[in-house]
Amino acid sequence: MPDPVSFGPDLADVFGPSQTDGGPDLVQLLTPEGERVHHPEFDHDFSAEELRGLYRDMVLTRRIDVEATALQRHGELGIWAQLLGQEAAQIGAGRALRPQDYVFPTYREHGVAYCKGVDPLRLLGLFRGVDQGGWDPNENNFGLYTIVIGAQTLHATGYAMGMQRDGVVGTGDPDRDSAVIAHFGDGASSQGDVNEAFIFAASYNAPVVFFCQNNQWAISEPIERQTRIPLYQRALGFGFPGIRVDGNDVLATYAVTKAALQRAREGNGPSFVEAYTYRMGAHTTTDDPTRYRLNDELEHWKLKDPIERLKVYLRRNGLVDQEFFDDLDAEAKELGHHLREGCKALPDPKPLDQFGYVFSEMTDEIAAQRDEFAAYLASFEGSHS
Amino acid sequence: MSTQKITLAKGLNMGLRKAMEDDDKVLLMGEDVGKLGGVFRITDGLQKDFGEDRVIDSPLAESGIVGTAVGMALRGYRPVVEIQFDGFVYPAYDQIVCQVAKYTYRSQGKVKMPIVIRIPFGGGIGAVEHHSESPEAQFAHTPGLKVVACSNPVDGYWMIQQAIAHDDPVIFLEPKRQYHADKAELDESATPEPLFTSRVVRPGSDATVLAYGPTVKTALKCAEAAESEGRSLEVIDLRTLSPLDMAPVYESVRRTGRCVVTHEAHVNLGMGAELAARVTEQCFYSLEAPVLRVGAFDTPYPPSRIEEEYLPDLDRVLDAVDRTFTF
Ligand SMILES: Cc1ncc(C[n+]2csc(CCOP(=O)(O)OP(=O)(O)O)c2C)c(N)n1
Repeated sequence: MPDPVSFGPDLADVFGPSQTDGGPDLVQLLTPEGERVHHPEFDHDFSAEELRGLYRDMVLTRRIDVEATALQRHGELGIWAQLLGQEAAQIGAGRALRPQDYVFPTYREHGVAYCKGVDPLRLLGLFRGVDQGGWDPNENNFGLYTIVIGAQTLHATGYAMGMQRDGVVGTGDPDRDSAVIAHFGDGASSQGDVNEAFIFAASYNAPVVFFCQNNQWAISEPIERQTRIPLYQRALGFGFPGIRVDGNDVLATYAVTKAALQRAREGNGPSFVEAYTYRMGAHTTTDDPTRYRLNDELEHWKLKDPIERLKVYLRRNGLVDQEFFDDLDAEAKELGHHLREGCKALPDPKPLDQFGYVFSEMTDEIAAQRDEFAAYLASFEGSHS
Repeated sequence: MSTQKITLAKGLNMGLRKAMEDDDKVLLMGEDVGKLGGVFRITDGLQKDFGEDRVIDSPLAESGIVGTAVGMALRGYRPVVEIQFDGFVYPAYDQIVCQVAKYTYRSQGKVKMPIVIRIPFGGGIGAVEHHSESPEAQFAHTPGLKVVACSNPVDGYWMIQQAIAHDDPVIFLEPKRQYHADKAELDESATPEPLFTSRVVRPGSDATVLAYGPTVKTALKCAEAAESEGRSLEVIDLRTLSPLDMAPVYESVRRTGRCVVTHEAHVNLGMGAELAARVTEQCFYSLEAPVLRVGAFDTPYPPSRIEEEYLPDLDRVLDAVDRTFTF
């Protein structure tokens, strides 16, 4: 019997069992212990002001998440997609954006929305069921939340191709050069649309950054069910660079995303950022992670908390005082109040609102259905219930 | 003004060219639409004149084609995408029904989706499987999409321009069997009828035949044949399937008292079912017979050697007309 043809080593042998530390290629600037480390390619000089800003953003983002989760528990929201643990991945990416850059989010990008200036209250409408995205995507360059996983990566690529045609890529003018960022999860990386987006973006050299938050889980399915190689290595197969960054390290996420966006803006094409992180909460408020994951794993990741490590660093280096924390606390309380009160005050849509905006202009057919329904509703008026 | 005789393929090509000249935000995208001019040559010569940035040869990924068109529309472009054949639209089905169709609604009117999705549809060309399908009902059933079907060269020229200028997504169905079949006189200086309207293409008094796309020609042939037997059929080319333009249909059926619908798609839950229901609701007291439907069987499209036995032809439509006189 001849030996079977060899195509090389088994991938599982090459990469070993799944790693929880992100492996040797992980870009990190701040360790879980709050130690500043340096990276030959992606270092960045952060001013004290910047560091405090990033910390503040993460704290406020966590507050948005905690408040919304509580609102769901009180029956004010039908469901909420939590981001606990992913604050650094989102703030790092969000703060790397320029105003002219455009974001295509999934349903969990609350921190990025906040960075783009979307009032966090507006995020609640979808989950409360009063609207399907209460912000104007073109006002903040922040697209509507997308529920069908991965679909938005194609929208991002098409939008980036539009930017190319508008001549706002590679002009050398930093206020003009623009890029797109597409957010998605590790589960979404299995979708055809995401892979098609990679192909389109590579083929047209589109200015788009694919930003995957690998939070290790797609509802109950572990990353091992999506891929046999580290996700960032997929990019090479599509013809553009992939980078794995510590998604719990806001400094590294910021620096890496900034570089990727800059590369895109300058006309050097797409790249893939895998933010290696962990979903400490449930997938959504309807999920029960105790059915599929071990508590040990959560405890392990708690030690890598993105907020704690920056706090340690700020404290140890004397970059903050008690007043900073007190002010931030007050600000977070204020934000919580805004969300609680605002949520309850979000107006329900009116029954006839459902007929609006099917098209850019009302059609006769829909107008007729609306009028018939209006007459039907009116027939109850004055009748005693 | 000079007129010229053109085929449907030429009419569509000229219409696309005009739309691109009139608005530099109009982009074409699809498989082989550039150098080759599309497998049916509908985009012939356009890349040469408008460049690769406006006539874009895409990777072979239908979801990708439609999904990137969504992004381009968000950026202010007016993408016109070509799906190479009807049976290959399904990989893009999710993007069409969940994204293209819903963006305006989801954004409460803040975002428009001026995308045209061109689909060569229908059978009768002796092709292998997946090249002869009639998926119109699937799209007409989707709120947020407009669906139109042209049936002749002159409509091809005008309707494609109107669809591109329209601010909502339009599924634009082209009867591929007709692309290179008959010629018609085009007067470019004429004023076209509005896009979302149906039209009486042959007046008659004894029964109304409703058709669109490839079956319009069949219906007209029926009317000719019926005339020699002393029966006068009115033929209506629906042209728009969503929204439907029913006023000319009701007017006609109230006069004739009889109605036959014909399309190439399966009869079960197809456009014919919708038309029959509406005509029955609105013309109940004028009807002398139930509305009859002539379409494809509820089977997959058969091997092409027997497609003539599958597609509604002159005899089957005439037979249905005859039956409406037996009630
Ligand atoms: C096309 C599609 N299939 C299934 C779902 C249901 N669903 C919602 S979120 C989700 C898991 C997504 O996991 P991942 O992409 O890793 O993102 P994460 O939520 O973990 O950030 C699934 C299966 C969906 N929304 N869309």
